[in-house]
Amino acid sequence: MTGESSAHGENAGGAGGSARLGIWLFLATELLLFGGLFTAYTVFRLKDPGLFHAGSLRLDRMLGAANTVVLITSSLTVALGLDAIRQGKERALKICLSLTLLLAAAFLGIKAFEYAEHFAHREFPGTDLFFSLYFMMTGLHAIHILAGMVLFAGILWGASARKFSADYHTPVEISGLYWHFVDVVWIYLFPLLYLIG
Amino acid sequence: MADGYLEKRGFRAWAFTLDHKRVGVMYLWTTLTFFLVGGLFAELLRLKLMTPGPGFISDKTYNVFFTLHGALMIFLFIIPAIPSALGNFFIPLMIGARDVAFPRLNLASYWIFLAGIAVVLGSLAGPMDTGWTFYTPYSAKTGAAVTTLSFGLFLVGMSSILTGLNFIVTIHTLRAPGMSWTRLPLFIWGMYATSIIQVLATPVIGITFILLAAERLFGIGFFDPAKGGDPILFQHFFWFYSHPVVYVMILPAMGIISEIIPVFARKPIFGYKAIAYSSMAIALAGFLVWGHHMFVSGMSGVAAFIFSLLTFSVAVPTGVKVFNWIATLYRGSITFESPMLYALTFIFLFIIGGLTGPFLGSLGTNVQLHDTYFVVAHFHYTMMGGTVMGWLAGLHYWFPKMTGRMLNERLARRACLVMVAGFNVTFISMFILGYKGMPRRWAEYPVQYQTLHIIATVGSWFLAAGILAIMWNFWRSLTKGEIAPPNPWRGLTLEWTTPSPPPADNFEVLPTVTDWPYSYGRKEGRE
Repeated sequence: MTGESSAHGENAGGAGGSARLGIWLFLATELLLFGGLFTAYTVFRLKDPGLFHAGSLRLDRMLGAANTVVLITSSLTVALGLDAIRQGKERALKICLSLTLLLAAAFLGIKAFEYAEHFAHREFPGTDLFFSLYFMMTGLHAIHILAGMVLFAGILWGASARKFSADYHTPVEISGLYWHFVDVVWIYLFPLLYLIG
Repeated sequence: MADGYLEKRGFRAWAFTLDHKRVGVMYLWTTLTFFLVGGLFAELLRLKLMTPGPGFISDKTYNVFFTLHGALMIFLFIIPAIPSALGNFFIPLMIGARDVAFPRLNLASYWIFLAGIAVVLGSLAGPMDTGWTFYTPYSAKTGAAVTTLSFGLFLVGMSSILTGLNFIVTIHTLRAPGMSWTRLPLFIWGMYATSIIQVLATPVIGITFILLAAERLFGIGFFDPAKGGDPILFQHFFWFYSHPVVYVMILPAMGIISEIIPVFARKPIFGYKAIAYSSMAIALAGFLVWGHHMFVSGMSGVAAFIFSLLTFSVAVPTGVKVFNWIATLYRGSITFESPMLYALTFIFLFIIGGLTGPFLGSLGTNVQLHDTYFVVAHFHYTMMGGTVMGWLAGLHYWFPKMTGRMLNERLARRACLVMVAGFNVTFISMFILGYKGMPRRWAEYPVQYQTLHIIATVGSWFLAAGILAIMWNFWRSLTKGEIAPPNPWRGLTLEWTTPSPPPADNFEVLPTVTDWPYSYGRKEGRE
C-alpha cells in the first residue's frame, strides 16, 4: 500500500492524501473479508446457541484477555510512534516501532500457545462449527498480525535509513491505520468467541 | 509506430513499466487471449450439441469444457477486460492526468493477475467439472483441484480489488484543474461505479474461496449439513459477489456507449446527470438483489418477494440509460462509422437481454425458466450482446488512439454485421429452447430439441467468423493501417487532445478544463 504517488492537479491532496484515501478503501475491503466470517458466525450461532455456549467455555479467557491488553498496548505504541515522527523525533519512532513488533510477537506467541492447548485436547478446525469458526477467525486475524509485522519491520528499516521526518511520514501513518483496524477486529473477536459461555 | 508511449521496446520496458497505458495494453493482450480460448471451448460445446446422443466428446469432457468456457470467460476475460485494459489506458487520459494514483501498485495488480491465472490454469489441468459457480456440496467433494483453483481466483480477485482501489483514488485526486465531477466523462462515471463494486464485493468472494478451500482441507463443515453447516450459505456468499459483479461487467461497457453515441450523433449527451447517477444507482442496487439467483434453492416467501421487487428496481436506472442514449440519437446527425455500429448493436442486443431479465426476476416465470437455456440466452445477450459489444465498440473507437493507426473501416463494418447476425441466430434459438424446457448444462438431450440446437450451432459459426475477421483487422491494422490523426472522430474528451499514440507522460502541458465534454453541435470538436 505504500506505492509512491504521482499526485498532481488541483484536486490532489498531495501524496499523503492519495495514500490515506487508498488505505481507507483497503480497510473497507478488509472489513468485508472478515464480514463473511462474521455472517457465518451469526447464522450458525442463531441456529445452535448451545454449541457456541459450550465451545466458548473451552477457550481460556485469561489468555484471551491478556492478548487483548497486549494488542491494545501495541496500538498505543503505534500511535505514539506516529506522534513522535510528526514532531521529527526519529529515535522515539524507532523505539515505538520496536515495542510494537515485540508486542505483536507476544500476541502471536500467546495465540500459538492457545492453539497448542486446543490441539492437545483434540480440538481442531472441523471438530464442530464453533471450533471451525474459532480457528478460521483467529487464524485469518493472526495472518493479518503477521502481515502487520512485516509492514512494521519494513518501516523500521526505512526509519533506520532516515527516510521519515516531520514532513514525510505517510507510510508510518497508513501502516498505523492498518494496525488499528487489525486491533479493532480483535476487539470484536474477543467477546464473540471468549465471553459468551 | 515507433513513437509516443510505444517507443521503448523489449521485455523489460513492458514488464517493469509504470506507464498506465502499457499496463493497460498488457491487460488487453492477456484478456483478449482468454476471450479467444473461451470462445474456442464454446464452439466445441456447440459442435457436440448438434447431436442429442453421445457425440465426438464424452459427456465428462463436455462438463469440463463448459466449466472452462464459463470460468475463463467470466474471471479472466469479461470481469477484467474493460476495467483493467481500457480503464487503465483511458482513465488518466480522460481526466487529464499523467498516470494513475499508484503506478507501482497498478503494475503489481497486473502481475498478481498473471500469477492468479497461472495457478488457475494449473488447477484446470486436472479436469474441472463444477461449473463456474462451484456450488457446494459437490465442489467440496469432487476430485478436481478446487482448492488450487480457489487460491488462483483469490489472487485474481485481489488484483481486481487493487485495480478498483487505484482507480477510485485516481478519479478523486488526479483530475485536471477545472474537471469538476459534473464535467467528468461518462466513461469515468461508469468506471467509478465499477470500481466501488470491485472494492466492496470482491473481498466477499475472497473469503468464500478461503472457506471453500478450508472445507476441503480441514472439513470445517460450514457448507456441510452433516456437520450442522449449510450449503445454501455458500450460494448466498457466492452471489453476494457474483451478482454485483455482473455490473462490473456491464457498467464500463455502458460508459463506453455513453461516450460514443454523442460523438457520432454530433449532439450533446441527453440527460448527463441521469446517466451518471444511474451508474451509481445500479452499483448500489446491485448489492441488494443477489437472492434472485436462489429462488428455487429454498428461501422464505417474504425473502423471495423482496428480492424479486429489488431486482425489478435495477431495471429502472438501466432503462434510464437506454432512453437517454435513444434521446441523444433523436434528430442527431448520425454517421455509421464502426464504433457507432457496435454501439448501436449494443443498444439493440442489450434491450433484448435487459427485457428478458424481468422474466427471470418474476417469481412465477422464474420457476418455469430456472436452469434452462432461457437463462443461458439471457445472460449471453447481456454479457456478449452487452459487454462484448461495448468492449468491441471501445476497441474500434480507441484503436487509433492506442496504436496510432486507423482500422480498415470496410472490414470492420462487414465483420460487425456477420457477427451480429450469427449472434442472434445462436441465442434467439436458445430463448426458444429454454422456453420449451431444454435444461442448461446437459450434454445429451431429448431428440425434439435437435433442430433448434442445430440452428444455434450454425449461427455460432457466423459469430466465430465475425470475431475472427475483427481480430484479423486489428492485427493487420497494427502495421498496415493508415496513420491516425490525434482526433479522427472529432471527439471532445481529453484523450483526443493529445497525439495518437499519446506520449509517455500523456500531455505536453496538463490541460485545464473549462467546459463539459459533450458540447457537440453547438461548438465543433477540436480538429
